[in-house]
Amino acid sequence: MGIQRQTTNKESSRFTLPYRSRRILWLATLLVPPLLFFLTFVVYPMVTALIYSLYEWEGIGRVGFAGLENFRKLLFDQPFQGWTLNAFWHNVIVFVTLMIVQNGVALLLALLLGNDPWGTRFYQVVFFLPVTLALVLVGFQWRLFLNPLIGIVNRFFDVVGLEALSQPWLGQASTALFALIIVNAWRWVGFPTIVFLAAIRSIPYEYFEAARLDGANEWHVARHVTWPLIAPAVTIIVILTFIGSFNWFDLPYVMAGVDGPPGRATDVLGLYFYRTAFGEVSGGIQDFGRGSALAVLMFLFILLVSTFWTRILRSREVELS
Amino acid sequence: MKQAKVKFILASLVIMLLSSFVLAQTKLDFWSWRVEDIDEYNQIIQRFEAENPGIDVEFQAFEASTYNTVLTSALTAGEGPDIIHVRAYGNFETIAEPGFLLPLNDKVPALEAFPKLAVQGQTLRSDGQVYAVPFASQTLLVYYNQSIFDELGLTPPETWNEFLAAAQAIKDAGLIPIANGTATAWMDEVLVGALAPSFYGADFYNEVITGETDFTDQRFVGALKKLLELRPYLAPDFEGVDYATAQNLFLNELAGIFIGGSWEIANFRDQNPDLNFDIMAPPAAEAGSPRLVSWFLDGGYAVNADTENQDVAVKFANFLASQEFGQQLTDTLANISPVPGVEPNDPLLKKVADFNKNATPYIMLVGFRYEEPTGSVLLQERLPGMFAGNISPEQVAKETTEGIAGYYEPFQ
Repeated sequence: MGIQRQTTNKESSRFTLPYRSRRILWLATLLVPPLLFFLTFVVYPMVTALIYSLYEWEGIGRVGFAGLENFRKLLFDQPFQGWTLNAFWHNVIVFVTLMIVQNGVALLLALLLGNDPWGTRFYQVVFFLPVTLALVLVGFQWRLFLNPLIGIVNRFFDVVGLEALSQPWLGQASTALFALIIVNAWRWVGFPTIVFLAAIRSIPYEYFEAARLDGANEWHVARHVTWPLIAPAVTIIVILTFIGSFNWFDLPYVMAGVDGPPGRATDVLGLYFYRTAFGEVSGGIQDFGRGSALAVLMFLFILLVSTFWTRILRSREVELS
Repeated sequence: MKQAKVKFILASLVIMLLSSFVLAQTKLDFWSWRVEDIDEYNQIIQRFEAENPGIDVEFQAFEASTYNTVLTSALTAGEGPDIIHVRAYGNFETIAEPGFLLPLNDKVPALEAFPKLAVQGQTLRSDGQVYAVPFASQTLLVYYNQSIFDELGLTPPETWNEFLAAAQAIKDAGLIPIANGTATAWMDEVLVGALAPSFYGADFYNEVITGETDFTDQRFVGALKKLLELRPYLAPDFEGVDYATAQNLFLNELAGIFIGGSWEIANFRDQNPDLNFDIMAPPAAEAGSPRLVSWFLDGGYAVNADTENQDVAVKFANFLASQEFGQQLTDTLANISPVPGVEPNDPLLKKVADFNKNATPYIMLVGFRYEEPTGSVLLQERLPGMFAGNISPEQVAKETTEGIAGYYEPFQ
């Protein structure tokens, strides 16, 4: 290697740059395009949002420096404060419920599939299939399924004699958010399942064998061998679920609508941001300032909490050496 | 000889260059949210282009729910179209206030003869200038299925009690009386806009605008209470029935009545040409009292303040304000044009024009959609709860008033 490099250096020194410079140039060529992409599509919008949030807006025109006024309004002035807290609280509900319903079920499925029962491959595909479907399609389909007059969900309850469960799921404040969360879990459950399953499969078989020889039952194996060893996967899933829950927009937008109906029962920060920045066609007035301020708050919250959480979870992970 | 040849070539080049300037097409970009009207607009534009050689108008429509986002992003980036289809009132002001639109008072003389209420929807309140040519008005009314009414021997009800009796008769026949549900918030406001004015009366709008009264007024609360009497007649599980489902119930003749806006006329005809339907003004509170309809301006045509082709754009704006265009719009798009002198030929539109003689402004859109929280947002947020029985009409009225009072001085 060394000889080869020397020869190249000797030969090339007459015509081209020295090796070190060429290496830097080569790295630059590789790095500049993604860096430009990152700057244009990530950093630039973030900086603009931050600047926008510090100004007062009249319609879509920027009028004057407002300092932290937009933030104050969102956090302390009614009805904005009420909307912010309501949407934030719904995001918390979404996160907690998804952790239990979506990721809990995923863990259960992964543990079952981890034992390689008959038809494992088939079930793996079945569970993962909804993840591959376009989200807009999933949202639209489920909206039809849950339609109180023509939807198959209520039809099903009627047929099996559970008429009491035949409800206008998306139209009631008490059930609408829950219905959306269940659809989200249905769509995504395959993803954490696959991640957990991959983590389980990477555990050396001897560990299970040793535990069983020591007299551990299935629960003990799952609790004391599998669980600590799949901790890195759990960390990733928790963080991704957290970010996904607080950025939740597409499914409620497709299934419920931008105003979080009925009466803000399905409102989440994503919808609230969109509505504030771009306006509800059928009712509201847009305000880039307040919208940007909301985006900045969401970004900071997600960044801080996920960083903090990653550190805590990472420190608790048991390294598989 | 050679020199003459060169001269000849040069001369022809100069002529070609000059003629290319003369014949050059001035291209106007025209943006709208009326995706469903593309063909009709193109036809109307073709006629304009034939009369005005050298002007090439390109009509481009974007999906209604994203139009705002597309338009505002383009305008703030300095890339908006020359002619902009804008909405009215508060939504219009978000674009007019920052100076994106050209004032048209002096440039479109026809505007002077337009009805005042129509021009008001495109007037910026802060400077009193008109920034767009009003394009169409909408009226909130009641649709009914003529075949179902005939079959059940029903005549179009005139009073509220007759209306409820007709709904009961339809229900007894095993059909859905009123197709509407409450899952789509803006349609809930339409329900109020269509049926409440006959209860709160013609003077209420002006009194509430001046602050003489507010929404806790018994006339308004009473009207909301009356609306609750509709609950047994709305679509089953109405909390979960959205706009599209309600339209389908009426289109497929599963429901006898649909409460909505005049914009549905063209849509219903298009979706089900066999549907035998008619329209009526909302029922009167009692026999002899007026049957009021809510009326609003749907939007207008504005000229981009930064257009490079201002003269041509203004020329086109004048065409859009002409009786010729207004008549074409009314005839081909089944919209009521506010251009003076335009007479609808369509029998249903004639009826709408007739109802408009007894109109009151669509209260939240015309009066309280300029600042957040808008009257519409406050009302829409609460109506599903009211229909579901979770909050009282008094509470809806009180909270709506309080929300508006935050910025509206006459309420403070």
